[in-house]
Amino acid sequence: MAIIEEPLALTSGEPAVAERPLGVLTRPQGGNGWRDWLSTVDHKRIGIMYGAAAMFFFVVGGSEALLIRLQLAFPEQGLLSGQLYNEIFTMHGVTMVFLFIMPLAAAFANYLIPLQIGARDVAFPRLNALSFWVWLSGALFLNSSWLVGGGGADCGWFCYSPNSGIVFSPSHGVDFYALGLLIAGIASLVSSINLIVTCLNMRAPGMTLFRMPVLTWMLLITQFLLAFALPVITVALFLLLFDRLFDSQFFDPAAGADPLLWQHLFWIFGHPEVYIIILPSFGIVSEIIPTFSRKPIFGYSFMVFSGIAIGFMGWGVWAHHMFVSGIGPISVVAFSLATMFIAVPTGVKILNWLATMWGGALRFTTAMLFATATVAMFTIGGLSGVTHALAPADTQQTDTYYIVAHFHYVIFGGGVIGLMGGCYFWWPKVFGYMLDERRGKWHFWTMLVGFNLTFGPMHVLGLQGMSRRIDTYSSGFGFEFWNLVSTIGSFIIAISVAYFIYNIWKSKREAVDRPPPGPDPWDARSLEWSIPSPAPVHNFDYVPVIESQDDWWFRKYTINDDDKVVRIADPEMVAQKGDATGVHLPSPSFWPLVLALGLPLVAYGLIFNLWLCVIGGILAAVAIYSWALEPVDDPDAHHDDSDGDGADDLPNDPALQEASRDDGGGG
Amino acid sequence: MSTAVLHDHPPTNTGISHTKLAMWLFLGSECLLFGGLISTYLLYKTQGNGGIIPADIFDIPFTSISSFVLLMSSLTMVLALSSVTRGDMHRGKAWLVVTALLGGVFIGGQVYEFTSFYREGLGYTTNPASSAFYTLTGFHGVHVSLGIVMLMSLFVAAHQGKLKPENAETVEIVGLYWHFVDIVWIFIFTVIYLIPVE
Repeated sequence: MAIIEEPLALTSGEPAVAERPLGVLTRPQGGNGWRDWLSTVDHKRIGIMYGAAAMFFFVVGGSEALLIRLQLAFPEQGLLSGQLYNEIFTMHGVTMVFLFIMPLAAAFANYLIPLQIGARDVAFPRLNALSFWVWLSGALFLNSSWLVGGGGADCGWFCYSPNSGIVFSPSHGVDFYALGLLIAGIASLVSSINLIVTCLNMRAPGMTLFRMPVLTWMLLITQFLLAFALPVITVALFLLLFDRLFDSQFFDPAAGADPLLWQHLFWIFGHPEVYIIILPSFGIVSEIIPTFSRKPIFGYSFMVFSGIAIGFMGWGVWAHHMFVSGIGPISVVAFSLATMFIAVPTGVKILNWLATMWGGALRFTTAMLFATATVAMFTIGGLSGVTHALAPADTQQTDTYYIVAHFHYVIFGGGVIGLMGGCYFWWPKVFGYMLDERRGKWHFWTMLVGFNLTFGPMHVLGLQGMSRRIDTYSSGFGFEFWNLVSTIGSFIIAISVAYFIYNIWKSKREAVDRPPPGPDPWDARSLEWSIPSPAPVHNFDYVPVIESQDDWWFRKYTINDDDKVVRIADPEMVAQKGDATGVHLPSPSFWPLVLALGLPLVAYGLIFNLWLCVIGGILAAVAIYSWALEPVDDPDAHHDDSDGDGADDLPNDPALQEASRDDGGGG
Repeated sequence: MSTAVLHDHPPTNTGISHTKLAMWLFLGSECLLFGGLISTYLLYKTQGNGGIIPADIFDIPFTSISSFVLLMSSLTMVLALSSVTRGDMHRGKAWLVVTALLGGVFIGGQVYEFTSFYREGLGYTTNPASSAFYTLTGFHGVHVSLGIVMLMSLFVAAHQGKLKPENAETVEIVGLYWHFVDIVWIFIFTVIYLIPVE
C-alpha cells in the first residue's frame, strides 16, 4: 500500500501545499518531547523504538512460556485448561517469532545499516516510520484478541488447516492471528524494500558491495528473503481469512479442498523465515568475533557468499516440515537432500568464525561470550537439524519434544543469544554508556545455563516419545524428571532476562560517575565506530570515503613490513566529532502514525462491524494523500545550509559523487 | 523524492532513483503474491465438489476483448509518459485519462463477468474452484483499480500544475506498476482461460 502511493509523492516539493496539509496537523519540527518520538523519521530513533517494543513482547512471550512450563512441570496438572493451553502456546510462538525476534533484528537493521554504509538515513525515512508504527499496531491488534476476541488463536503458530477453520476454532482468535500477521507483514514488506534500496543506493563513496560489513550483508539478504517470503504467507492468510469471514472453500476437506495447500504456502514462507530469524544473528556474530579476536573476519567473501547461498537454498527445503504429510517418496528424497546440502554453507560460516578466532588475541567481553555461545548453541541445533533431514528419523521424531528442542536451539541458541550479544556490543554506540561487564557476564552465564537446562532435556523427552502440544501427561512414562528440570531451566532464563533489564537500569545510573565510552570503546572495525557515542542525529559530519574493507580499522592501524599490526592513530583523534552544523535532515511527519492507526480499525471492522472499516479506510486514505502532498523536506524548517540545495547525502565534491556512482557496478 | 525535484538525477550508487528501485522490488514481491494465487487456482481448478466450475462457463470471446482493452491501456500509458517527458502536458493528461478509462472498461467487464457467472450458479462459496477463481481475478481487479486511482491522482496533479515535465519519472513509475498488472493478466488469461481443463 505504502509503496503504491509513493510515486504520488513527487508532486511534493511544492511550497504551495507545504503548510498544514488539510489543516489538521502542523508539521512537527523535531526535538525531544514525546511528540517528537511519535513523528520521528530518524532511523536511529526508529531502531530504538523497535528494540524497546521487541523487549516488551519478549516479556509477554516469555510469560506465556513460563505458564507452559508451569503446566508441564508435573504430570496431570490443571493449571491451564486444554483450550487455554492451546491458546498460550500458539501466542507464545507467534509473539516470539513475529513480535520479538523479527523486530529486534529490525532494530539492529534500522540503526546499523545506514551507519555501516556511511549514509545519513535510510532511503525512505517516512516509510521507515510507517513500518514501525504499522508493525506496532499489528502487534497490539494481535494481542488484543485476549481482551476482545474471546481468547488467543489456538491453532499453533503454523495454524494448520482444517484446525484453523471456524468449525474447530470458533473464537475470533484465528481472525486476529490472520489480520494481525497481515498488518505486521505490510510493515515488514515496506521495511525490507526500504532497507534494500538503502543498501544498494546509499553507500558512501568507495563503499562497494564487497566492502560492506558482514552484518550489513546478512541484513540485506534477510530483507530480500522478507520481500519474497511475505507475499506467500500473505496469500495463505488471505485465503484463511476469506474462509472464516466469507465462507470460501479453500481449506474445507468436505468440499474437496486440500489441507496440504496451507502447509505448502505456510512453509514456503516459513522456512525462509527461519533464515530471516537467524541471518541477522549470524551478521552480529561476524562483527563481534573479529573485533574481539583483533583479526579480520576469515574468508570475508566466503562468508558473504555462503549467506547468499543460504538465502537461495532456504527456498528449496520447505517440505522437510512435511515429511509425514504424505507428499510422496520422490518429494521426500528431494527435500531430504536439499536439507542436507543447506548444512554446507552454514558449516562454512561456523568454520570461518572458528578460523577468525584461531590465533587471535581473544578478549572475552560479554558480547564475545554471547557470540561464541551463539556459534556453539547453533551448532547443536544445526546438528539435530541434520538428523531431521533423514526422513526416516524425522518420521520417528516429528511432533515430539525433540523438534521443540531442535528449533529452540536454532532460534533461541542461534538467534536470541546472538542478538543479546549485539545489545552488549552496540549499547554504548546507541545510548552513550556501557552496560556493566560484570553483571553482563552474570546475565550471560545464567542465560546459557538456563537455556540448556530448559531445552537440552527436551531432546531426551522427545526421543522418549513425549508429544508436542499436549497440555499434560500421565505419570509413569518417565517424563517427570526431565520436565521438571526443563521448568526450572525456564525460570533461570526468566531470572537472567530480569537481570538484563536490571543491568540496563543500574548501568545507566552508574554511567554518570564513569568516563563516557568514547567513539570506539571496543577498538572495532566498522564505520559506526568512527562517529561519537551516542550517534549524533546527522550520523556523519562528513561522508567518509572508503578505501578498503574494515576501513575504520585501517585508519587506526597499519600492517608493517614484519606483518605486525601497528597503531598509527588514536581513535579519539581520527573519529568524527559530531559537531557539524547545518546538515539538512528529512523532516518529521505524523502521517505514518495516522496511517498505521487506520489499519487495525479496518481489521476490527472486518471482525466486528463493517462501519469501523469505513472509518479506518477513510483515515488511511486521508493519511496517504496528506503524506503524498507533504514534502519530504519541510521548506519552512530551520536550517543554515549555505548552498541551499537540501538533503544531499554526499559531499559536494563532483569527483566523489562520480566515484560513488561508479561503485554501483557491483550491484 | 524532493531531491528528485531539486536535482535531475539524485546521486545513487546504482544510478536508479530510490523510488524506481523500490517499485521494482515491490513488483518482484508482487510476483510471489500472484504466484501463490495462481498456484492455488491451478490446484483447485477442477475441484467442483459436484457443481459447475469456472471453466464450464468461461466466455472466451468476451474476455479476449476485455484483455485486449487492458493491453491497449499499456500502449496509452507509454504515450502518456512520452508526452509528459516531452513537456506536452496537454496530451499527457489526455493519455492518462484514456489509460484510466481503458482500465475502467476492463474492470467493468470483470464486474459483468462476475455477475453473469453468479447468475449461472457459480457463487464465491460454491466450491474450491469458484473460491480460487474469484479470489485470483478479484485480487487482480483490485490491483487494476488501485492503478486507476494512481492514474487519476496523476491527472489531478497535472491539472493543478503540480506534475511537471521534470517529474516524468513519477509517471514512469506508475507506468511500471500498470504494465506489471497487465503482464500478470496475460499470465492469468493464458493459464486460466485459454488452457483447457481436462
